[in-house]
Amino acid sequence: MNKTLLATALITASLGAMQVQAADVPAGVKLADKQELVRGGGAEPATLDPQKVEGTPGSHRTRELFEGLYNLNGNGDLIPGVAESYTVNADNTVYTFKLRNNAKWSNGDPVTAHDFVYSFTRAVDPATASPYAWFIEIPSIVNASSIIAGKTAPSELGVKALDDYTFEVTLERPVPYFVKMTAHQTMFPAPKKVIEKFGSDWIKPDNIVSNGAYKMDEWVVNEKMVFSRNDHYWNNDKTVIDKVTFLPIESPTVELTRFQAGEMDVSYELPNDHFKQLKRDIPDEVIITPQLGTYYYQFNTTKAPYDDPRVRKALSYAIDRDIITKFVTGTGELPAYTFTPEVVNGFDPATPEFATWTQKERNEKARALLEDAGFTKDSPLEFNLLYNTNENHKKIAIAVASMWKKTLGVKVTLENQEWKTYLETKKAQNFDVARAGWIGDYNEASTMLDLLTSTHGNNDGKYSNTEYDKLLSEAKTMQNPSVNYNKAEEIAINQDMAVAPIYQYTIKRLVKSYVGGYQPNPEDSIYTRDMYIIAH
Amino acid sequence: MFTFIFKRTLEAIPTLLVLITISFFLMHSAPGSPFSSERSLPPEVLANINAKYHLDEPILSQYFYYLGGLLQGDLGPSFRYKDFSINELVAQSFPVSAEIGLWSFFVAIVIGVSCGVFAALRQNSWLDYAVMSFANLGIVLPNFVLAPLCILFFSIYLQWLPAGGWNGGAWPYLVMPVIAMSTSYIAQIARITRGSMIETMHSNFIRTARAKGLPKYRIIIEHAMRPAMLPVVSYLGPAFVGIVTGSVIVDVYFGTGGIGQHFINGALNRDYSMVMGVTILIGTLTILFNAVVDILYAVIDPKIRY
Repeated sequence: MNKTLLATALITASLGAMQVQAADVPAGVKLADKQELVRGGGAEPATLDPQKVEGTPGSHRTRELFEGLYNLNGNGDLIPGVAESYTVNADNTVYTFKLRNNAKWSNGDPVTAHDFVYSFTRAVDPATASPYAWFIEIPSIVNASSIIAGKTAPSELGVKALDDYTFEVTLERPVPYFVKMTAHQTMFPAPKKVIEKFGSDWIKPDNIVSNGAYKMDEWVVNEKMVFSRNDHYWNNDKTVIDKVTFLPIESPTVELTRFQAGEMDVSYELPNDHFKQLKRDIPDEVIITPQLGTYYYQFNTTKAPYDDPRVRKALSYAIDRDIITKFVTGTGELPAYTFTPEVVNGFDPATPEFATWTQKERNEKARALLEDAGFTKDSPLEFNLLYNTNENHKKIAIAVASMWKKTLGVKVTLENQEWKTYLETKKAQNFDVARAGWIGDYNEASTMLDLLTSTHGNNDGKYSNTEYDKLLSEAKTMQNPSVNYNKAEEIAINQDMAVAPIYQYTIKRLVKSYVGGYQPNPEDSIYTRDMYIIAH
Repeated sequence: MFTFIFKRTLEAIPTLLVLITISFFLMHSAPGSPFSSERSLPPEVLANINAKYHLDEPILSQYFYYLGGLLQGDLGPSFRYKDFSINELVAQSFPVSAEIGLWSFFVAIVIGVSCGVFAALRQNSWLDYAVMSFANLGIVLPNFVLAPLCILFFSIYLQWLPAGGWNGGAWPYLVMPVIAMSTSYIAQIARITRGSMIETMHSNFIRTARAKGLPKYRIIIEHAMRPAMLPVVSYLGPAFVGIVTGSVIVDVYFGTGGIGQHFINGALNRDYSMVMGVTILIGTLTILFNAVVDILYAVIDPKIRY
C-alpha cells in the first residue's frame, strides 16, 4: 500500500509539473495595449506579511506578491509554484520538495530552500506572534505545537534545507492534504536578509522584496495599493498584466460606483440589493462562484433547552432554506443541509435524511419534536437570536424568526450586536442561538468539520460528542477520510443537529467583459498573473 | 495678549490629560480586544500577541506606558494596521483630510457669507427666500446622500470626474469631496450670517451712519460686517476643526484615504492607539482653534481685550 501511495504522490507531482500557472491567452484574442488591472480589494488588510496576514483581502494581495511551493488552480488542483515536484516517504510523513532553480526574489536573489526553512520557522516562532501560527500546527509539522507554546526552540521545527533547492518537511503523523496547504500564504517564503535588516518595516514599499509575479510600488492606506510586474519572477514571460492596483473599499455599494464609472475591472463583491438589476443589465459581468463556506445558526449546547437535540432539530427543520436562498439572500446561494459545503474537494457529503423531506414534512416533524421536548402553545419556547449588526444578517434573522413563529409558535427576540461585542458574547456562551459563518482555510472537509470537535477554539456552541471527535481525529491519518467525514456529518447534523446549516456561501463578483483569464474557485485564490485585458 | 496665550496653553495641558485619560480607560473597557476575531486564536498564540503589544500588563502600567510614549511624540503602533505606527498613519491621512477641509472651509466661508449678506440685505424678497431655501436644503441633505448623488451625476452619467481616489490631491479628485464636505457648512454659515447681519443692520450705529449719508457699500463693509461676523467666527472655530479632521462619509464614498474613517474604524476594530491618536489630534486642534477664535474676537470687537 505504501508503494501505491508513493506512486500516487509522484504521479500527482509530475502531472502537476506539466501544468504551469500563467495567463493562457487563447489564439485570436487581441490584447489591449495597456495591461493594467484595477481590482476591488475589500477591507484594507491588517498586514501583507505572509506569515501574519489574515482574511481574504490580505491573502488576495499576498498571492500577487509571493508564491509558495504549490498553487491551486480553478478546480482546487495543485499547480507547481516554487517547487517543481515532491516525493513523500513510505509512511507519508517526510515530504521532500524539489525547488526550481530559476525562482528569484524581486531583487534578483535566488529563492532557496533556506527561505522556506526561515518562513516556516518564522510562522511558529512566538517572537513573530503570528495569528496564523496554528496553520503550521494543523499538518503536525514536527515540534510546531511545542514551539508555539514556547516550550521548544523554533530551530527545532521539522523543516530542513537538504541543499539550496531541496526542502524537506517532517510531519509527526501522516496528513494527506499537507501539500495543498502549501498554497496558503502562511507557508510562503520570506526574505530573511530583508526582514533582518528592516525589522517590521520590511513590508513597506521601499523595503519589501517579494518572489511572486508582482512587486509592491505603492501602499497608501485606505486609498490604494499598486503592484507592478516583478521582472525576476521565474514565469514572468507568461505574465500579461503589467500593473495591478487594489482599491481598499469595504462598502459593496461604493465599489459598484467605481465599477460603473469604469475605474475598476474586477470587484471584490457586489451589493445584494443590486444583484437582480446587475444580473439583468450586465449578465456577463456578474460572476457567481460557490465558496468553501457555510452560513449557519449555532446553538448554545451548554444551556437548556438547547442541550436537547430535539429542540435543535425542531428549530433547524423549521427553517425553509429554499425561501432563504431564493428570496432573502437571492444571490445564487445553495441551501445547506450539511455542515460541509458541496464544493469541497475530495468529499461529497451524503444527503442527510431531513434534506430529502418536503418542507411540509420537516415542519410536521419539527412541531412533534418540540412538543416532545415539552414546549407547547401554552408554554412556548422563548429565546434571543444573536447576530452581528449587518443588513443581510438582519434580513435572514427576521425571515427565520418568522418561520419559527409560524411553524412552531416560538417567540424569538432579535438581538444585534456590534462585531467585537458579538464575538465576545459568543465566546462567553452568553447566547441562546446565534448567527455564525465559517469559510474554510484549505480545500478539505476537515477545515469545516474540525470546527465542531469539542476542543476547537471556535466551537462557540460547545457542541461535544466523543464519537465525533474520534472520527475526526482518526481521519487526520487516513488516506481516504471520506468515510469518517460522512459518519461525522451524520452524527453532527442528522443525529445531533449541533448547528443548523442554512446556506452555502457564494463569491459574488463583477468582472468586466474585457478581462480574460479570471479563474474563480471555491477558495477564492485569484491570481492576477492568470489574467489579461482584451482589446476593447 | 501674550499672557492670554500663555494662560491658554497652560490650561490646555490638564484638559488634554483628562481627555486622554478618559478616552484611554473608556476604550479599554469596551468589550472585545483588538485581536478578537471570528477565528479565535489558540491561547498561546494570543498570549504571544498580547505580550508583543503590552496588553498582558495591568491596565495602569499600560496607561503609563502609553503616556511615556506620548511624551516622546510616539502615538504607538496601530493594532489594526500592523505594519504601521499611528504616527505614520496620521502623517499619511491627516494632510488629505486637511487639504479637503481647507478647501471646503474656504468655499464655505466665501459662498456662505456672501449668500448670508445678500439675503439679509434683500430681506423677505424672493432672493432671500431662494437663498434660505437652499440653506435649509443644505442642512437637511446629509453628506451621505449628497456624496453618492454627486458620484451618480458627475462620474457615472456625465463622466466628468473620477468617482473616487486621491492621487496626491489632483484637482479632479478634490471637487466632489469638497462639494460634499462644504454644502452643510455653506448652509449654516449663510443662515448665521443672515440673522446676524439683519440684526446689525437694525442697530443704532448703522442708523446713525445712514443718517450721516454714507453710501450703502461703505456702511456694510466698514460698519456692519465686523459686528455681524462675531457669531460667524464663534461658529467657525469648532467648525474648522470638524472640517479639517475629515469625514468618514467623504473617506468612505470617495476612497480618499483621509483621517475621518480612522476614528470610526479605530473604535470598531478596538484599535486603541488609533482612537487615542485621533482623539488627541482632534482635542488639540479644538483647544487651539477655540483660542484662535478668542483672539479673533479681540481683533474684531474693540470692546473685548485680554
